Amino acid sequence: MSTNSSTVAGGTEFSLQRSSPRYGERAIKVLLVACAALSVATTIGIIWALFVPAFQFFQTVPITDFLFGTQWSPLFADPEFGVLPLVSGTLVITGIACLVALPVGLLTAMYLSEYAADKTRRVLKPILEILAGIPTVIFGFFALEFVTQVLLQNIWPNTEVFNALSAGLVMGVMIIPTIASLSEDAMSAVPRGLREGAYALGSSKRQVTLKVVVPAALSGIVAAFVLGVSRAIGETMIVAVAAGLQPNLSLNVFEGMQTMTSFIAAAGSGDQPTGSIGYQTIFAVGALLFVMTLLMNLFSIRMVRKYREVYE
Amino acid sequence: MSAVFTPIGEQVKQDLQDTGPPLQDRSFRWVLFGALSVGIITLAALLIFVFLEGYPRLTPTLWQNMPSIRFPEKAGAQSAIMGSIWVIVTTAVICLPVGIMAAIYLEEYADPTKRFNKLIEINIQNLAAVPSIVYGILGLGVIARALALGQTVITAALTLSLLVLPVVIISSREAIRAVPQSIRAGSLALGATQWQTISRQVMPAAVPGIATGAILALSRAIGEAAPLLLLGAVTFITFNPDGLMSSYTVMPIQIYNWISQSREEFQVLAAALCIILLGILLVMNAFAIYLRNRFQRRW
Repeated sequence: MSTNSSTVAGGTEFSLQRSSPRYGERAIKVLLVACAALSVATTIGIIWALFVPAFQFFQTVPITDFLFGTQWSPLFADPEFGVLPLVSGTLVITGIACLVALPVGLLTAMYLSEYAADKTRRVLKPILEILAGIPTVIFGFFALEFVTQVLLQNIWPNTEVFNALSAGLVMGVMIIPTIASLSEDAMSAVPRGLREGAYALGSSKRQVTLKVVVPAALSGIVAAFVLGVSRAIGETMIVAVAAGLQPNLSLNVFEGMQTMTSFIAAAGSGDQPTGSIGYQTIFAVGALLFVMTLLMNLFSIRMVRKYREVYE
Repeated sequence: MSAVFTPIGEQVKQDLQDTGPPLQDRSFRWVLFGALSVGIITLAALLIFVFLEGYPRLTPTLWQNMPSIRFPEKAGAQSAIMGSIWVIVTTAVICLPVGIMAAIYLEEYADPTKRFNKLIEINIQNLAAVPSIVYGILGLGVIARALALGQTVITAALTLSLLVLPVVIISSREAIRAVPQSIRAGSLALGATQWQTISRQVMPAAVPGIATGAILALSRAIGEAAPLLLLGAVTFITFNPDGLMSSYTVMPIQIYNWISQSREEFQVLAAALCIILLGILLVMNAFAIYLRNRFQRRW
């Protein structure tokens, strides 16, 4: 009757298809799907955990007061909920980090991808991996005790003990590996033929690197930059240790500043009663931080896909 | 003999040698090298500074005694070291099986053109870049308060598991993808089912790569402090955890606590504990590199 059954000599019917489905195989597949789906559940959990209390917060505090207010003192007797000082602190420190990490990371990637011999690369890449693996609290300790107290306060004596500059500089070093390794991936994906064409026309190595490889890898490099910035915005321990806990709407990098992350850390480590306005503030700031980094991450993921589609 | 005659070929060769690469090209190379050394010099400065600062306090009291606010000369970090071990072992037990199984699904079963699988894929990439403090908020709002697990070892371990899960998944996927398709085809052709193929052929071949990724993920978890700030690890703890529902503190948080003290002795203590933490990370990373070099097969 069916195509894969036939009658053998003895007259009994014989089928290649199993009579019963393999339940074990199916059960395993269901278990595996559940594990993969846990990541989606995590995202839903994050959104739920952030936005329900944040929504309650915005019923007490108008969202425009939150986003455009310039005073931040949510845990005082007479609270003010203007988040701008935290946002500006975050952006100033992230900006300093970018001034360090974007050029250094990109040039490092150029060296690793275009100039370094195989042997050199095998030594240098693990060193960058070690740099990426240093716990951020240790970076914070280094920023406070070495960069501020040994370097900055000797060069500019009026530097405060907690200041944005040391946190930003060290944070910049922290994100160098992220930017360097992602940019290098993008540059390595540029086909050899493009380079050889440029060499055949008489270009030097520098010209090939700057005028052929970098433009061809641009979307990957942009993705690396954006991901690095997103890392810097979300970094907590360096700023909590080295930049102080004083909200400060200022551009003076020698002063202390509080960022969104260090506010969350400081307010969250105190014991805020569930449902109080102080407790909800943590979630409102957290939601803002999550939205900012989410937009950057999605942009970055998109850009990476773009270069993969072109060259791989 | 006396006639001066240079063959044309030689002349050209000389001309080329004399000019050499133009100055711009040579200096560009140095610029690149300079940029590279920024990271390396900072790393060296950090390691040397921490070591010099903490070395005087790197004595057995550091792991034999409990933290003390009043007597920095007698203070130790035993509760933090034991707490870190408890939290990391629990994290490993939770996140490794889940992460590896998710990776198996995505590499071996999932059809990448389906919308559900695309969603999972983008989602994992995004989760890998969500700030760690946001995971702390997730732990605080959902695990500690909604699930009522409180500020305990298990809450910390669950939160850190979710935090490093994307790292485990991404590295396990790479290891599984590196196993050549022909091995799967051979196994299936001999009549093995899909799961038999995965469990007896693909996974044994992928284990070194997965183990390397797992160790790197756990070494990230052991140095993570930010989410645990929200999960009760900052409280002053002078006892070792005795179970999953016990209060705890961990090394990075203990370092943070000591940095926040104003007395100089505590800065030295913090540096000494940094050395121990860095030492543990170094051992873990060295083991991961050893695994990668010793067992990884090139197909």
